[in-house]
Amino acid sequence: MSARNLPVTLLLAALAVGMVLPLAQSGTAPGFWLEVLIGGLMAGVLYALVALGFVLIFKASGVFNFAQGAMVLFAALAVARLSERMPLWIAFVLAAAIMVAFAWVVERLVLRRLVNQEGVTLLMATLGIAFFLDGFGQTVWGSEIYRIDLGISKEPMLVLESVFQGGVLVNREDIVAAVLAAGLVMLLALFFQRTSTGRALRAVADDHQAAQSIGIPLSTIWVIVWSVAGFVALVAGMVWGSKLGVQFSLQETALRALPVVILGGFTSVPGAIIGGLIIGVGEKMAEVFLSPLLVQAFDLAGGGIENWFAYVLALLFLLVRPEGLFGERHIDRV
Amino acid sequence: MLYRENGQFKTSYRADAAVLPIRQDRILMGVLLAFAFVVVPFVGSEYAFRALLIPFLIYALAAIGLNLLVGYCGQISLGTGAFMAVGAYAAYNLVVRVPQLNFLVVLVLAGGCSAVFGILFGIPSLRIKGLYLAVATLAAQFFVDWMFARVKWFTNYSTSGSVSTAPVELFGMVFESPAQKYLLVLSIVVVLTLAAKNLVRGHVGREWMAIRDMDVAAKVIGIRPVYAKLTAFAVSSFIVGIAGALWGFVHLGSWEPAAFNLNVSLRLLFMIIIGGMGSLLGSFFGAAFMWFLPILLNQLPTALGLPLSTAMIAHLELMIVGALIVFFLIVEPHGLARLWAIGKEKLRLWPFPH
Repeated sequence: MSARNLPVTLLLAALAVGMVLPLAQSGTAPGFWLEVLIGGLMAGVLYALVALGFVLIFKASGVFNFAQGAMVLFAALAVARLSERMPLWIAFVLAAAIMVAFAWVVERLVLRRLVNQEGVTLLMATLGIAFFLDGFGQTVWGSEIYRIDLGISKEPMLVLESVFQGGVLVNREDIVAAVLAAGLVMLLALFFQRTSTGRALRAVADDHQAAQSIGIPLSTIWVIVWSVAGFVALVAGMVWGSKLGVQFSLQETALRALPVVILGGFTSVPGAIIGGLIIGVGEKMAEVFLSPLLVQAFDLAGGGIENWFAYVLALLFLLVRPEGLFGERHIDRV
Repeated sequence: MLYRENGQFKTSYRADAAVLPIRQDRILMGVLLAFAFVVVPFVGSEYAFRALLIPFLIYALAAIGLNLLVGYCGQISLGTGAFMAVGAYAAYNLVVRVPQLNFLVVLVLAGGCSAVFGILFGIPSLRIKGLYLAVATLAAQFFVDWMFARVKWFTNYSTSGSVSTAPVELFGMVFESPAQKYLLVLSIVVVLTLAAKNLVRGHVGREWMAIRDMDVAAKVIGIRPVYAKLTAFAVSSFIVGIAGALWGFVHLGSWEPAAFNLNVSLRLLFMIIIGGMGSLLGSFFGAAFMWFLPILLNQLPTALGLPLSTAMIAHLELMIVGALIVFFLIVEPHGLARLWAIGKEKLRLWPFPH
């Protein structure tokens, strides 16, 4: 193991030990621990879905898309409102079409005009897009809480009753979400590895200028990649929305996916997924097992450390390994 | 014709290094200050002070603080709200725990707390930049939101989690009426603006700008990045912290942690983008724009006979601000301040531009 990997390994080991530690305590039932773990994994899948959108756009255009959260909200609102009038699958297709149109507009009006600008400028531009999209979405679709009914029963299932006392409660929705996410990732992997468009996308991600010089049209690629990110946002929005209801706070949940990208690396699709799972589990475990300890020790007015746990974790990672777990090492050349 | 510098010769180094080298600018600034200090307190209505001028001035101060960091030193921050919160809560705790302290001392100490906090969260900036730094400052934002909501000591064990303050008292005078508060805020803003102006003109400001323009080149010519970046974080958070304390004590009176959430941070960032990054004047423009736009949107349609719903106004504001951010980034990255400068340039030649 090289010295460079040591701090990261230590950090991950500390996390893993922290996760298993509650089991060693006498007070925690293994079934309950497993429930928390599964809950964390499911939340992690959802984070990974949002993080995927970040990674896709960053890979292909070097833009850190702060508007991903707004896109999730917008897509979810579109599906929720359209499905009031038509069957869900037509609403889904329509919403996907809207996201493609949105990608086209963004490329035309914003990206094309900001080519070769610094990353920070582009980041701020996507902040502007996020604000615009929030206002626009709520003007068009309305700003109440809407429901997306995926037709899954809300009854939790009891599994492994024979192994643990009391069994383990699992949400059916969570399982559907996990399956959906896994399917989406497979689809994306196939798209990236097996189609010519996917190859072009990878080429652009590798080197903009080289890709352009062999005849890959950059602007088309950007539209495609923003459309794909829009599609990912749509799936994420539907899953989140059916779980929590479609409302403005969906945006903020998407903000929680930011540390995931830091942890996994900005340019890595597997990183987004593994990072999502780590953050999801870490957050839930910290909230359930660490927060009562903190509350006791410092006499806090309630826990809620999941609000910042992921960010502080990401901050630690930034200090020891800025490129994340799977990201490419960034070397500045002068 | 009026705005022309013909015949104004600089005969000393002092004159050459003046803050406002052109006589007309000095006169304009003098008139503006006299108007703000003497005329406005008498003619302003209570509504104008409470809802327009005081919040505008405080926001402008915070925007100046942020501008030093983002516009001058090039270190992006999405955690300004957190630094404001640190200033506000530090001031609250000082006032509650050491009541005999002069409010000006409280302000400076609160700014100092915020500066220490800023340095702490600025340390990552030594290794990372750009959007990584944005995430690091976001971490500050979320952590501070949580800290002031949960750690009871900071709110002096108030049951609701919100804190409230008595009116500010200074040299035996109680600042209770809106006009008095306005004068207090205005004086502080003027003093700090002048200080900031001189900082960015001096060698510290030049170091910041060198780091912003190209950090490697700056290092090569002998600028210490650690020192430059951390001073930028410290000075910026100091000013932002004072703005936060003023926001809490003078504008709000009583507040809860949500008063300084991420939304405030983003708004401040937008102020400096729209107003002009790397320009103190731009901070004022941006603050005025961002603070007056919703009020205008509230009142204009009603005046025109087209009343909009509150939700609609909020959404419209989001859309306008978002679109303007993108517009300014594409068309005029230096914001309103640059437009102002262009206008002045044109005015110098007017009416014979050739």
